[in-house]
Amino acid sequence: MGKTRDTHDDPLELVRGTLDVLILKALAWGALHGYAVSALIRRQTDGALLVEEGTLYPALWRLEERSLIEAEWGLSENNRKAKFYRLTAAGRKRLRDDMRMWDTYAAAVNKMLQATRPPAPEVP
Amino acid sequence: MTPLPRWRRYARLFGPDPAADARDELHFHLDSKVQDLRAEGWSEDAARVEAARQLGDVQALEAVGAHVGTRRQRRTDRTTTLMAAVQDLRLAFRVFLRDPGYACIVMLVIALGIATNATVFSVVHTLLLRPLPFPEPQALTWLSSGVGVAKEARAALGLSSVTYTVDAFEAFQASNQSFASVAAYNPFFADSDYLLTGQGDARALDGVMVGGNFFQTLGVEPAIGRWFAPDEVVRNGRPAVMLSHALWRDQFGANPDLVGQTITIDRRAVTVVGVLPESFDFGSVFAPGQRFDVFMPAVMDDLRGAGNTLSIVGRMKPGVSVQQAQSEADSLFPRLQREHPEWWGDYSSTVTALGDHVRGHLRRPLIVLWSAVGLLLVMACVNVSSLLLARVSSRDQEFAMRATLGASRVRLFAMLLAESVVLTAAGTALGVALALLLTRWLARQDAVLLPLLDRVVLGSASLWWTAAIAAAMAFVFAVVPMARLSRTHAERALQASGRGIAGPRRLEQLRATLVVVQVALACVLLVGAGLLLRSFVHVLDVDLGFAPSRAAAVEIMYEGGDGARRGVVLRELLDRIGALPGVEAAGVTDMLPLGRNRSWGLRAPGATYRDNHEMAARVRVVTPGYLEAMGMRLREGRAFSWDDAASREPIVIINEAAARRHWPAGSPLGSVAEVTLDGWKPARIVGILADVRGQSVEAAAGPEMYLPVWLAGPSGAELVVRSTMPASTLGPSVLRVLRDGNPLQPATSLRPLQDLVDRSVSPRRFFLLLVGGLAVLGLALAAVGIFGVISYAVKQRTREIGVRMALGANAGQVRRQVMFRSLRLAGLGLAVGAVASTLVARALSSLLFETTPTDPVSYAGVAVLVVALAGLAGYLPARHASRIEPMAALRKS
Repeated sequence: MGKTRDTHDDPLELVRGTLDVLILKALAWGALHGYAVSALIRRQTDGALLVEEGTLYPALWRLEERSLIEAEWGLSENNRKAKFYRLTAAGRKRLRDDMRMWDTYAAAVNKMLQATRPPAPEVP
Repeated sequence: MTPLPRWRRYARLFGPDPAADARDELHFHLDSKVQDLRAEGWSEDAARVEAARQLGDVQALEAVGAHVGTRRQRRTDRTTTLMAAVQDLRLAFRVFLRDPGYACIVMLVIALGIATNATVFSVVHTLLLRPLPFPEPQALTWLSSGVGVAKEARAALGLSSVTYTVDAFEAFQASNQSFASVAAYNPFFADSDYLLTGQGDARALDGVMVGGNFFQTLGVEPAIGRWFAPDEVVRNGRPAVMLSHALWRDQFGANPDLVGQTITIDRRAVTVVGVLPESFDFGSVFAPGQRFDVFMPAVMDDLRGAGNTLSIVGRMKPGVSVQQAQSEADSLFPRLQREHPEWWGDYSSTVTALGDHVRGHLRRPLIVLWSAVGLLLVMACVNVSSLLLARVSSRDQEFAMRATLGASRVRLFAMLLAESVVLTAAGTALGVALALLLTRWLARQDAVLLPLLDRVVLGSASLWWTAAIAAAMAFVFAVVPMARLSRTHAERALQASGRGIAGPRRLEQLRATLVVVQVALACVLLVGAGLLLRSFVHVLDVDLGFAPSRAAAVEIMYEGGDGARRGVVLRELLDRIGALPGVEAAGVTDMLPLGRNRSWGLRAPGATYRDNHEMAARVRVVTPGYLEAMGMRLREGRAFSWDDAASREPIVIINEAAARRHWPAGSPLGSVAEVTLDGWKPARIVGILADVRGQSVEAAAGPEMYLPVWLAGPSGAELVVRSTMPASTLGPSVLRVLRDGNPLQPATSLRPLQDLVDRSVSPRRFFLLLVGGLAVLGLALAAVGIFGVISYAVKQRTREIGVRMALGANAGQVRRQVMFRSLRLAGLGLAVGAVASTLVARALSSLLFETTPTDPVSYAGVAVLVVALAGLAGYLPARHASRIEPMAALRKS
């Protein structure tokens, strides 16, 4: 608990372009409103990632404009009018593509960082 | 997520609002955050501040949200509209594919309306609306002299009465204040026939003599080279010529180096100083139906003694109006005339805008034509509307279904509009293609004496006009069924049963009314065309005074000399022509009837005349044999013979009109007349000729005299041959004889004299053809309309007819009844049309020839035609009705 508190005090800045994939992933389980998206990301990562609320909404609107997500007005848990976002088919496909790309990227970065000795010389 | 209840959607009652969406969304975020922070123990105020801090600049975010949202909304709207439009269009195509016959008929009717309107508009635009093809054409004016001369005298005098002497022209040129420049040309084109040699076969050139500043006044620039230089327009100046673009292209292969070189014209070396631009067509403006190859300088000193030889064109100074120019001319010419007592004629002048001079006489016929084509368009629209109405009523179920399923009136209208747009677009495309062919064909009608006709094209103005008509049509064809649809649905709401009888009945009445309108419009067109046709027949029936059939003419060149020499040369030539097989008579004249003309003086000795113009008579210089070759009829006396040449006695033949004017007491045969042959000379009248239509087929003849070639100088030479053989067969042997006599005789073909007559009546024939064509189309549309309504009525009454036949009515009775319906519609239309026609025909009266606007034959003919066609249009459905199987009809419903 203490450890998470530390990280919460000094959360990581997001790498450029990762916010979109995080949002898409957050919506993978069902429709959410904007506040719930930010809460979900925070809870899921134990507060390790800093999702600036000021950037969240423009990101949502952009995704909506690109038809990766679609919005509908509905009622929140406390019976208030809220704008709910859900993935479209295109959004779902984009999420899959981005996850695959993220895995490849992370594996490559990892391979480099975990290396213990320089690579064997290239055999002609 | 719980869906938003319907009642809470009130906020977006007036359509999407992206700005409000962004605001609401962000406020919801803030409120949720505040709620969470309060749960963690924050105070209300502190929580609000913290929530706002975390979210950042709310207003900026709202702006971003509104912007992105608006952009998205716009795109969505566009997509939706587009999708709907595409859907509508696809549906429309499907609807028509299901019923291609119907679609084709509607399309054809639309194409008809479009094609005729686009074509006629192109003609009207080119001939009437478009400015003349010169820079600032509104400043160009035309002057014609002889205002004071009596109208009949003027008609008899022809060109000589409206032209000027060199002195009068120069005096006006020097003393006027209204004109920036005044220029002249010699409209007696026969003086400008030339012979081009040294370029293969000798070629006859039609030319015109123009004053030094003529082209500059018009504002025409040479395509290459320059205008005449001052030393080229004076007596014994350097010989110079300008070529028409066509001659330069066809004869000289568009060789740009030709300018500056010399060519041989009339056996003189003449320098080509320039070539006119392709866009300049002297003939189409100043002498419709004629082509001009070369332009020669009009040497004023050479023309000075030759009487009235010039037509004047002026360019007014900026800011001067035609009225101002006229009032100056009104004071200037009488003053000049007082200063120059030696002037023979009356030069008080009328100043008109050049455009009005060239095409003023076309205004009325063209407006008639335009109105006719407008009527046809209305008929086409009525026809299509009637078809659409019938169709909408048969699609009632479909539309009711759509309305029930939630299609709004706007959506239904959009659907109808899509159908109408598809039909109209297809029809218009077809129509424009037709119009393209029609305008091309019209522009090729060289034989029609109408100015600028060769320039008729389906230009951008015509296309815009057509597009406007098409758009209006598309709208009308959507509104008409929509209006009908609205009423049907209102009725449907009121009636318990959807299959009421009232709807179709009322529709039938409406369509019947439309048919009556169509028949009436067709009547108006037909009566107009009928009156024009009657006029044309009367024109063809006119006694020309000569017999054009079996006679042909060819322009000849011979080695002349003095009068005696001329006589010898021509006699020898005519002897050889007369010896050709099949030739019955041959003669030479300087001017044929219905073409060029000039007039000299003729008077009875001792008689007193009010003014010089009363003594003017058209003169033709002819050989013996000419009257016989033309088939002209002598009333008294005899024709010229070659023996007269030997006797050297001055003799003259006059026509009846001249005899009536100068010798009203009795026949002047054998008495002496005075004619102007280098001053007044006596000449014995040896013959009196039946009047010949000299100027136009439609104008009565004025005084004419015929002088023998050995006595007077001819202006040009036309050989007329009367033969049992067609002109094409005779042509080569005649040409061989001419070539033997003069190797430089250009190769020209024999023109049947009938061509001259045809040419003279060509504008009338042209308008008759167009108006008649429109009338026939109108009649066809009316017939289609009657047929459509009657067959629809029969279809609607299948059951009723079946019942009546089952009850004993025989086929004949049924047929009669249906026919009666059809004829009643036609009769009503005829009655309305006849009344309308009498009103319209009055506007036509100035275009008629020996035909009254109430000509009973035309009206009766139209009535017979309409009734006959209505009978035919009614007969087919009637036959169908009489073959209805009573049992089948009853079972079907």
